[in-house]
Amino acid sequence: MSLTDQLLTQNTVQLDSKIPAGPMAEKWTSYKENMKLVNPNNKRKFKVIVVGTGLAGASAAATMAELGYQVDAFTFHDSARRAHSIAAQGGINGAKNYKGDGDSIHRLFYDTVKGGDFRAREANVHRLAENSVDIIDQMVAQGVPFAREYGGLLDNRSFGGAQVSRTFYARGQTGQQLLLGAYQQFSRQVGLGGIRLFNRTELIDIVVIDGHASGIVVRDLVTGELQSHAAHAVVLATGGYGNAFFLSTNAMACNVTAAWRAHRKGALFANPCYTQIHPTCIPQSDDSQSKLTLMSESLRNDGRVWVPTNPNETRPAHEVPENERDYYLERLYPSFGNLAPRDISSRAAKRLVDKGQGVGPKKNGVYLDFADAINRLGRDVVEERYGNLFEMYERIAGENPYEQPMRIYPASHYTMGGLWVDYELMTNIPGLYAAGEANFSDHGANRLGASALMQGLSDGYFVLPYTIGNYLAPMLNKSIPGTDHPEFKAAEEAARLRFNGYLSTGGTKSPDHFHRELGKIIWDYCGMERTKEGLTKALSDLPALYEEFKTDLCVTGNGESMNQTLEKAGRVDDFFQLGMLMCRDALDREESCGGHFRSEYQTEEGEALRDDENYCHVSAYQWGGDPMKPNLNVEKLEFEEVHLATRSYK
Amino acid sequence: MAQVVTSQRGPVTGTATRSKKRRPFLIDLYSTAVGKKYVMGATGIGMMGFVLFHMIGNLKMYFGAADLDHYAHWLQTLLYPIAPKGYVLWILRGGLITMLLLHLHAAYSLTMLNRKARPVKYQSARDYQIANFASRTMRLSGLVILAFLIWHLLDLTFGVVNSETGKMVVHEGDTESVKAVYDSIVYSFQRTPVALFYVLANVLLGLHLFHGAWSIFQSFGWNNPRFNKWRRAFATGFAAVVVIGNVSFPIAVMAGIVA
Amino acid sequence: MSHNLKNITLKIWRQDGPQAKGNFETHVIDEITDEASFLEMLDILNDNLVHAGKEAVVFDHDCREGICGTCSLMIDGQAHGPQRGTATCQLHMRQFQDNAVITIEPWRASAFPLIKDLMVDRSAFDRIIESGGYITAETGGAPDANLIPIAKTVADAAMDSAECIGCGACVAACPNGAANLFTAAKVAHLNRLPQGQAERFSRVETMVETMDDYFGSCTNHGECEAACPKEISIDVIALMHKDYRKAKFSNRKDLARK
Repeated sequence: MSLTDQLLTQNTVQLDSKIPAGPMAEKWTSYKENMKLVNPNNKRKFKVIVVGTGLAGASAAATMAELGYQVDAFTFHDSARRAHSIAAQGGINGAKNYKGDGDSIHRLFYDTVKGGDFRAREANVHRLAENSVDIIDQMVAQGVPFAREYGGLLDNRSFGGAQVSRTFYARGQTGQQLLLGAYQQFSRQVGLGGIRLFNRTELIDIVVIDGHASGIVVRDLVTGELQSHAAHAVVLATGGYGNAFFLSTNAMACNVTAAWRAHRKGALFANPCYTQIHPTCIPQSDDSQSKLTLMSESLRNDGRVWVPTNPNETRPAHEVPENERDYYLERLYPSFGNLAPRDISSRAAKRLVDKGQGVGPKKNGVYLDFADAINRLGRDVVEERYGNLFEMYERIAGENPYEQPMRIYPASHYTMGGLWVDYELMTNIPGLYAAGEANFSDHGANRLGASALMQGLSDGYFVLPYTIGNYLAPMLNKSIPGTDHPEFKAAEEAARLRFNGYLSTGGTKSPDHFHRELGKIIWDYCGMERTKEGLTKALSDLPALYEEFKTDLCVTGNGESMNQTLEKAGRVDDFFQLGMLMCRDALDREESCGGHFRSEYQTEEGEALRDDENYCHVSAYQWGGDPMKPNLNVEKLEFEEVHLATRSYK
Repeated sequence: MAQVVTSQRGPVTGTATRSKKRRPFLIDLYSTAVGKKYVMGATGIGMMGFVLFHMIGNLKMYFGAADLDHYAHWLQTLLYPIAPKGYVLWILRGGLITMLLLHLHAAYSLTMLNRKARPVKYQSARDYQIANFASRTMRLSGLVILAFLIWHLLDLTFGVVNSETGKMVVHEGDTESVKAVYDSIVYSFQRTPVALFYVLANVLLGLHLFHGAWSIFQSFGWNNPRFNKWRRAFATGFAAVVVIGNVSFPIAVMAGIVA
Repeated sequence: MSHNLKNITLKIWRQDGPQAKGNFETHVIDEITDEASFLEMLDILNDNLVHAGKEAVVFDHDCREGICGTCSLMIDGQAHGPQRGTATCQLHMRQFQDNAVITIEPWRASAFPLIKDLMVDRSAFDRIIESGGYITAETGGAPDANLIPIAKTVADAAMDSAECIGCGACVAACPNGAANLFTAAKVAHLNRLPQGQAERFSRVETMVETMDDYFGSCTNHGECEAACPKEISIDVIALMHKDYRKAKFSNRKDLARK
């Protein structure tokens, strides 16, 4: 009996993925044809809470408001336009086949499943590939100024893990343009009264009554006031947890609180160890650094990655002769070359830096060289394609990439894990949905470039607005608990105690201090490469540090006005608890797949070695009352269309 | 309005559902800041035309007293006998006065709006990057020009402060007398403070035009990459021509070239 | 690359709340590296303050990549500090001299009410977008993306103004507290595209009039362009003024027919 089957018998929660029957290519169509509908006039009787206003949240809120639902949208930012979706640079995939290079929905589906190292749910991925086509149409109709060719048609470029050009882009600011597109639709609905917007308001807890998600408790960041909001359904579109590493490419405020609080109220947290390390970030320059900056993967279209063969190389890059350079991605992965998928490129860089072949003052990077591209295409073309990225690099690193190669190194970037959701994007708590990076469903163990924007928009525009109706339809004319229900009061009280607790700990160290220490542990032991010993050590270090956090935390200021230190304390608290789960999951998964690389499980060439016999499943954890004691549940992954194979990019 | 947070926190919704009050078109247009800028621009263009032709007409003084006085007489008798003497001139003056009043009112209300937009000033020194001396002193230069204009009218139009203004003279070869404009100008500029005030006001007028004549293009949205680079040149050239022409008069008088 | 260490004196605006009286507070930061960003310097200051039992300075920031538009700050009299085309979060300490005295103030405008210390509320920008800064294209039913070709030059020009990050530097830098650059950037983005033509005139009309409810007027100083981290040209303001003029006259005819 395989481990998967054995674990299945021990599940504490009934996990029904609700995948529709029928051939893969018809599942979504057949779902839409058979789902329950809410009459247009009845939609206004339902209130839906959407937490988060990034791509998934803004698009879901806007679309549901257009349909007629009453939508309450919450963001902890000052405006709905700030979410970190905005920082995605490279592009968005769409299986349009505008280039006539043989792309199709099936090929995008296949690439995504393979890119995810066969740890994603096939049916969800296929739906994502189907929706990718509509997303491009929708965004163009909204006025997103995608790059165009001289003939006026849309331009495409290629991205890691794909052998076709299917990535649509708007300079190096695709995420910004897409988010602003969604934000504009969202704002239109705020203007028209379809959405009520609560800004600078952070989710503190989820309220579950009789097994159904009934509302949320939020904290007004300006006044510190706690408020309850009741609704028929709650959507969490609150992003990923990459900031558990402290240093990551995530924005400073990105956090896991919403998902974690849902987890503590019973929602399963799936695959927490699947985190993506992006290969092209600017290496850390000093110890006070607060975050790392990503350089779009699109740079790898024209840039060549190399390190000097001599670890003691001291000459500037342009003086190193060709035969003393190791273009290692081109050497190791000839068919994909510099466009090898993220996890593979990242590990290759790490191996070379660990061998001492790194470049830069701290020898903590590899070169990404544009000299060839500038010779071949001319500086103007390179500037047009990447000008803003080059400027950004120069501002941060103080070096001119037209003259000397960029230095890059992998950094935490995206988290494939998240709240467990079924085909309808509903968590195991009825009425509680998770969309975008906050859920786990589409990218498996590794996400391909230009797929995050696609997933956020697919969930928000084309999935949730349909599936939520299927849940709401039977609730018509049934009353829901109001905010005066004791559960709301209890959640508010618990939140009050929690925040007063941070304020009154009376210790000596700032939340930032603990976050930095926590991040170091997770990066060292649960980062790009994981080992049993390391994870075991992390699982003893983390609880010790967490204890220290609980007793030696110092939060200044008060709880009645804007207090960013206090906000941070709450978020770090949740990161601690999540960190333990990440390490636990990484320890339990005794195989290497995608972003999860266990040194013990690798091929002779150092590639990830999957164990499909025992680990072809989703690990979804149930809160067990103590962050160190979660209950493991598994969902077995069946592959009907794509056959399990070793992932090779050679 | 102080720089304070509105006491109301909480949901924002239906911000674009208020129906707009319908008002007569011109009032509606003028009620917006952009509309007022159109008025600033349009009246500015009208007054720019005036200052340019006023300057060009006065160049006649270099041809001698008779030419200048005849020009003044011609202005007095525009379209005569279709219209009675002086009528057309007063219609033109009426237009100018209207433009001036509109220009002033728009400037005043925009200034008030802008003050309200930043009730609490920056507490540390600003470091301006592009805004030039001209653009930041439009209100001051405008006020000085206004003060000068009043003096100028009292001096050379109504003769309140000029004993020569209003006197009549018969030039050689004429049958009827015309106003002795030339003499009143010479009398006026022989007083050094008057000449200095005149020069100062014209330099400020130049500054006002340097920004204003460029600004018109922005306010009206006359923007085209083909001619954009000429906008600054036009404004500079226009201001220079008007200032050089105007300032030459008192200098010529004081230097004895015009006497 | 040598790690050049600098000592910096900060004069930083502290204000407990909207109604409180504010003042400058002086802090010294020792041995900051060239590689540190301006906000990392403030992080260090805040960490020092918290460890000393004092309240941290409140300031808005998030992505630290110059794209989300959350960061602000008037640094030595310039919005986003001395480096052109750079948001505060992308400003690095190599831009400052050793022993520099740096003055930091919040952005000041009545439309941007102060919340605390250096943090202001820029929601007025959202109100402008809500009033018309969109193309109505409800989800579903969009035609094929390549149905309408858009000249590359047009798409590029639209993108130039669409880059606006909504940080509010234009308002902060404007001597009049005007938001014409912000509003015009969105108008120019949408009005240039074929998809935006249907609402071209109603859009500019409602956006300009909403802008009027909150902000001062444009007197063409050009400070906004200099402060803009995306270096959006004031040419877009001219375009907005032109479209508003057209809107007023074309809509007048439409209304007359009713």
